[in-house]
Amino acid sequence: MTKKTSSLFPILAIAAIVLSAQSNKMVIDMIGKAGKGTIAIPDFRGAAEAQQYMGTFNSVLWSEIEGSGLFNMAPKTMYPLQVPQTPQDFKPPQPQAAPVRRNAPAPAPTAKAPWLTDWSGPPVNATYLAFGYTAVKDNQLVLFGWFYNVTQNDISNAQAIGKRYFGSIDDKGARKIAQEFAADILKSVGASSLAGTKIVFVSQRTGTKEIWTMDYDGSNQKQLTSYRSISTMPSVSPDGTKVAFTSFVRGTPEILLHSLETGRRLPFYNQAASMNAQVDFTPDGKSVVFSSTAAGGYAQIYRANINGSGLQRLTNVRKVEVEPKVNPKTGNEIVFVSGRSGPQQIFKMSIDGADIVQLTPGEGQASNPSWHPDGQHIAFAWTRGFEPGNFNIFIMDVATREVVQLTHGAGRNENPTWAPDGKHIAFSSRHGSSTQIYSMLADGTDIKPLTTQGQNNMPVWSK
Amino acid sequence: MGSQSRMVSQNLIVRLGARKVSAIVLALSLSLFAAGCKKKAPAPPPPPPPPAKEKPAPVVERPNITQFEAEPGTIEKGQASTLRWAVSGQANNISIAPGIGSVDASGNRQVYPAATTTYTLTATGPGGTSTSTATVRVTNPPVPPAPTPAVAARTLADILKSDVQDAFFDYDKSDIREDARAVLTRNADVLKSVLSQFPNAVVIVEGHADERGSAEYNLGLSDRRATAAKEFLVQLGVPADRLKPVSYGKERPQCTESNEGCWQKNRRAHFEAGQ
Repeated sequence: MTKKTSSLFPILAIAAIVLSAQSNKMVIDMIGKAGKGTIAIPDFRGAAEAQQYMGTFNSVLWSEIEGSGLFNMAPKTMYPLQVPQTPQDFKPPQPQAAPVRRNAPAPAPTAKAPWLTDWSGPPVNATYLAFGYTAVKDNQLVLFGWFYNVTQNDISNAQAIGKRYFGSIDDKGARKIAQEFAADILKSVGASSLAGTKIVFVSQRTGTKEIWTMDYDGSNQKQLTSYRSISTMPSVSPDGTKVAFTSFVRGTPEILLHSLETGRRLPFYNQAASMNAQVDFTPDGKSVVFSSTAAGGYAQIYRANINGSGLQRLTNVRKVEVEPKVNPKTGNEIVFVSGRSGPQQIFKMSIDGADIVQLTPGEGQASNPSWHPDGQHIAFAWTRGFEPGNFNIFIMDVATREVVQLTHGAGRNENPTWAPDGKHIAFSSRHGSSTQIYSMLADGTDIKPLTTQGQNNMPVWSK
Repeated sequence: MGSQSRMVSQNLIVRLGARKVSAIVLALSLSLFAAGCKKKAPAPPPPPPPPAKEKPAPVVERPNITQFEAEPGTIEKGQASTLRWAVSGQANNISIAPGIGSVDASGNRQVYPAATTTYTLTATGPGGTSTSTATVRVTNPPVPPAPTPAVAARTLADILKSDVQDAFFDYDKSDIREDARAVLTRNADVLKSVLSQFPNAVVIVEGHADERGSAEYNLGLSDRRATAAKEFLVQLGVPADRLKPVSYGKERPQCTESNEGCWQKNRRAHFEAGQ
């Protein structure tokens, strides 16, 4: 295998060597860890029978907020003894002047009653506080949830969220209201929540590779296809309603399209070819790109309508070209993997096949490009620094070619896919003979296993 | 002659075995028929006394069936049994049912019943009618032995497995190597002959890759390997429409260890029987 020097790519080479993920500005900007501050989340209590579900509620709320990677979590051991359950529990420190609000802008913490400064001051030093309680009302589990910016001077300015949430009277309901409350908290600080997002993936746990779905946190794993053949390399339409994948059910690899809502197969015309594979959707959902040998010879990049009609060839070279991925933001460019320069590397071209440029510098093997929702970065798998086949996850600023390495040789790490929030990545990792799917923050931290059963890989994070 | 018809009756009893009760009834009725011309002891128990002839009253006697038997009485399905008969006395119509019809006063006929059959000989004359029956038991032949393997034709899959070899490739390459040329050249001869032997068959040319490249790239690479092997064979005269390339990438490795020996085994074009 040829080892090209990086001399043609000095910026890339220097950047890649010097920068580690956590301190990299590109990554910091991406996940927004810099400015959101510290949050305090005391345990919520439930009235009467609601209390039995609060263990679930409190752990889900905490992990949702922590897992967003946006906040520093103020440790519970530092919290004041008096925890508010409603806004009325807060008592301004001046005992006499009850209705007066603005005569003393910075009240001294003299009173015993809870006040915002209990949380904003030491030792908690929080910017935000989530509080409230639950009760059973009208056959529902009701959360009365508040989210305050405790650095404000008065209650009316502090409140960012004051809302009721409804769930069934069980752990499932407790989980639901915790997730919805967490989603609102993230939204209120300008972030999006992962709650409600899905991951489509390939699992071999039934004995053959089938397409499966799960929730963003690995829960609710469900089998979508039952072809008992090889169903692999899925992609999901931008609206989250369709999945396209590569199937061997009729002998040669070809493209199948299924509804994610009904699970049913949708019409897709496959070219007469030894291979039609690896589909991706354009952002408008009206067309697809894929790799095909429709013209004979080598697998090349093609574009077609969503039902497979209207075939248009995009590349024309006597080298293998696979894995086209359309820029989800602009829809006007495609990254893909090609052997045209030697070992497989990542290239970029316009949506009509013009202006082909090489993105990875030729070192090692590069594969699995995945667009960040911003349309400016990709995550990908690269063997740089390792033997062929030993991939790690990297991200690249497509404009500057600056790269950051997120995983460092612990197993074989492939198929990164961005969460809709643009801050998380799911990927597959092989350790020994076991391949499983993990999620992590885009700085390589907070790695969580999402699957355990059988072999699982090729995650695609969708809405 | 009386002893012969008694013998028939006794034979019937023996042969019908399990149906002994009905056989006895049959034997009794036979005795009754015979009673007109001769006296006869009932069939069942010990040897009968010598038949005492009696002169019947009528002037014209009924035809006398002196012989009606099947030899052998038991056959395997598909084999023949011979019916023999002889009728004496005046008879203007002698027939055997089922399936034979009018016959001469004496003779024989080969029969091939598919199932156990009781034949009835009817002789009619001015003096009346006489009948006699003979049964041919038919048994099913034993199951023939399984055909010897040496004689059985080899399947397409057998031939491909033993006579057609894998062609191997270099890492990340789809060029036909020198050793693969030799293999594919030998394969071409076998394939040409085997495809004319199986005119409706198609041979799958599988392309495989080792585990190191990405699954996606390997699918394209091993498609190229399958197609390159096919193109080489077609140049040597193997009909193109009988070879179907299928790319498996690294989905179906024949070796799963992570070392070069194993990787080389997986970088191959492999031949399987298609539909």
